Amino acid sequence: MTALGTPPSPAAAPVRPTLATRLGRVPWGLVLAVAFAVLLLVAVIAPQALTTHLPTAIDYQAALQQPSLAHPFGTDESGRDLYTRVIWGARDSLTIGLGAAAVSVGLALVLGTLAALGVKPVAVVIDRFVEILFAFPALLLALLLIAIAGPSAATQVFAVGIGTAPGYARMIRGQILGARNSGYVEAATALGHSRWRILRAHILPNALRPLVAVFALSIGQSIVWASSLSFLGLGVAPPASEWGALLDAGRQYLTTAWWLVVIPGLVIVAVALAATTIGRHIQARLEKGERS
Amino acid sequence: MTPTSSSELTAATAPGPIAQNAIRPRRGRAVAITLLRKIGAALVVLWGAATVAFFAQLALPGDRATTILNIRAGQAQARTPEELAQINQQYGLTKPVIVQYLDYLRGLVSGDFGTSYQQYRPVTAVIGEQLGSTLTLSLTAIAFAWLIMVVWVTLTAGRGPRLAAFGSTVDVVTAGLPAYWLGIILLLVFGLGLHWFPIISGSSPAGIVLPALTLAIPLAGFMAQSVRTEFERSLDQPFVLSARMRGMGEWGIRLRHVLRHAVIPAVTLSGWALGATLSGAVIVESIFSRPGIGSVLVSAVNAQDLPVVTGIVTLVAVVYVAANLIVDVVYTVIDPRLELT
Repeated sequence: MTALGTPPSPAAAPVRPTLATRLGRVPWGLVLAVAFAVLLLVAVIAPQALTTHLPTAIDYQAALQQPSLAHPFGTDESGRDLYTRVIWGARDSLTIGLGAAAVSVGLALVLGTLAALGVKPVAVVIDRFVEILFAFPALLLALLLIAIAGPSAATQVFAVGIGTAPGYARMIRGQILGARNSGYVEAATALGHSRWRILRAHILPNALRPLVAVFALSIGQSIVWASSLSFLGLGVAPPASEWGALLDAGRQYLTTAWWLVVIPGLVIVAVALAATTIGRHIQARLEKGERS
Repeated sequence: MTPTSSSELTAATAPGPIAQNAIRPRRGRAVAITLLRKIGAALVVLWGAATVAFFAQLALPGDRATTILNIRAGQAQARTPEELAQINQQYGLTKPVIVQYLDYLRGLVSGDFGTSYQQYRPVTAVIGEQLGSTLTLSLTAIAFAWLIMVVWVTLTAGRGPRLAAFGSTVDVVTAGLPAYWLGIILLLVFGLGLHWFPIISGSSPAGIVLPALTLAIPLAGFMAQSVRTEFERSLDQPFVLSARMRGMGEWGIRLRHVLRHAVIPAVTLSGWALGATLSGAVIVESIFSRPGIGSVLVSAVNAQDLPVVTGIVTLVAVVYVAANLIVDVVYTVIDPRLELT
C-alpha cells in the first residue's frame, strides 16, 4: 500500500482540542477590550461603586504620594486620590469622546452621501469642499475652531468632531461609489427597480454597514484628540478630572511625581486600544459575512 | 520559471521596442495633461483653504475692531470711536467683505499673511523666525521613522506566524500611541532617568533626538502596517524565487529586492507624513519646551490671535498639498503602469 492510497483513519479525524489549543484560540485581545469597556461603562454610570474616596477630597498630609495599597495610582499635589480622579474623569472623557465621534461620523455621513449621490453640481461642490477640509490636519482644524469659539467642553466636542470628519467623509463616499458600481446594483437596474428602491435596499445598507466599525474606531481616536487639546490647555480646564486635563495638571510635577502623568496617559492609551480592537473585530466580522 | 514572469509590469506595458516607440509621444502628451489637471486641482484646494482661513477670521464673535483691541489689552472694555477708527483703518475693516476677501487673497499670493493682532508684526515675520526649527524637527522625525520602519519590517516580516503576528501587533500599538504620552515617557526614561538627552530641547543637536523620536515612533508604526503587507506579498513573488535559485542569501533578497517593492506605499504616504509631523509638532514642542510654529500656534489660539492661527494653519495646508502634489507628479512621470486620464 502506498502512502497516497492510505485513507484517513476515521479515529484520527475528530481530534479533541487540548486545553492549551482551546485557550490559544480565545481572542484574548478582544476579551480584554470588552472587559475594559464594561469597566469603563460602570465608571461612567456609577463611579462611586468603584471608588472609596471622593475625587475632590483634599488631604495635604498625603500630597504627592507614590502608588501604594491605600492609593493604587498615587496622590496629586493636594493629596487627592488619583485612582478616584481617573474613575470620575471617565464620564467627562467618554462623553466628550462619544460626542465628538457622533459629530464626526454624522457630519461625514451627510457630506459623504451628498458627495457620492447628490445631483451633479451639489455633489461636485461638496466633494471639493471635503477635499479642501482634508488639506488641514485634524488637530490644526480643531485648533482653528477653538481659536474662534474659545476653549470649553462643547467647543472641544465640535472641534474634534469637525476636525476628524473630512477623512471619514472621504471613506464613506468611496464606500457608496463602490456599492453603486457593483454587480448587484447593475442587476437591480436591469430588473427595472426604481432609483429610490435601489438606493434604499441595495446601496445604503451595503455601503453603510462598515460604519459601525468606523464609529468604534473613531471613539478611540476622538478621546485621544480631545485629550490632546486638554493637554495643551485648550479644552476642559481643571478641577474637572477629564484625563487630558489630569495630564496637563500633572506636567508641572513631572520631575517628582511621574505617576500623575504616566497613569492617566496609560488609561487613555488603553481606551484607544480597546476601541481599536473592538472596531477591527467588528470590521473583520462584517467582511467575513460579506464573503460567505 | 521564465525570466519574463519576474516582472509583469514590463510585459504588460512594453509589448516590444517598436510598439513602445509608437506609444511614447502619445504618453508624453497624456502625462502633460494629467500633470496640468493635478496642478489645477491642487490650486483649487489651496484657494479653498485660503477662503476657509479668511472666513474663520470673520467668524470671531462681536465687532472685530473692538475684539482686536481687547485681545491686545488682554481684557474687555469699552473703546472710543477714535481707537476703533484707527484699527478699522489699519485692517481695512470698513471695506465691504468681498473687497477684504480679494485683498486677503492678493496678499497671500504676494506672501503677505496679514498682521498679528497681538504682536503688531506681520504674520510672516512671526512664523518665519520659528519655521526653521519646526521643519528641522519634522524632517528629522520622518528620517527616524523611515529608519525604524525599515529595520523593524525587514527583521520581522515574513518570518513565521509568531514573529509576524508580534511585529504587526507592535505596528498597531505604536501607531496608536498619543504623542503627548509617548513624549513624556521618553522624557522620563531618557531625560530624567538615564540623563542621555537634555530635558529642555533647545537648539542643540542632542536636544532634537527625543522630540523627533516622539513623532517618529507612531509614524513608523503607521507606515510599517502597509509596508509589511507589501513586504510579505513581495516575498512570494516569482522574482524572489528566481533570486533564491541564483543562490542569493536571505538578507540580500530582503534588502535588495523585496524592500524596494515594499516601501512604495510608504513613499506614497510622504505628503501625509509631512502634514502629520508638522501638526504633531504642536504637542511635541509643548512637551519639550522647544521653540517652533507649534508653540506659536498654541499661544495664538489662547490669545485668539486669528491672523497668526490662520497663517500657520494655511501654511501647513499648503505644505501638505504641495508635498502630495509632488509625490503624485513623480509617480505619474516615473511609473508607466499608472492609468492616465
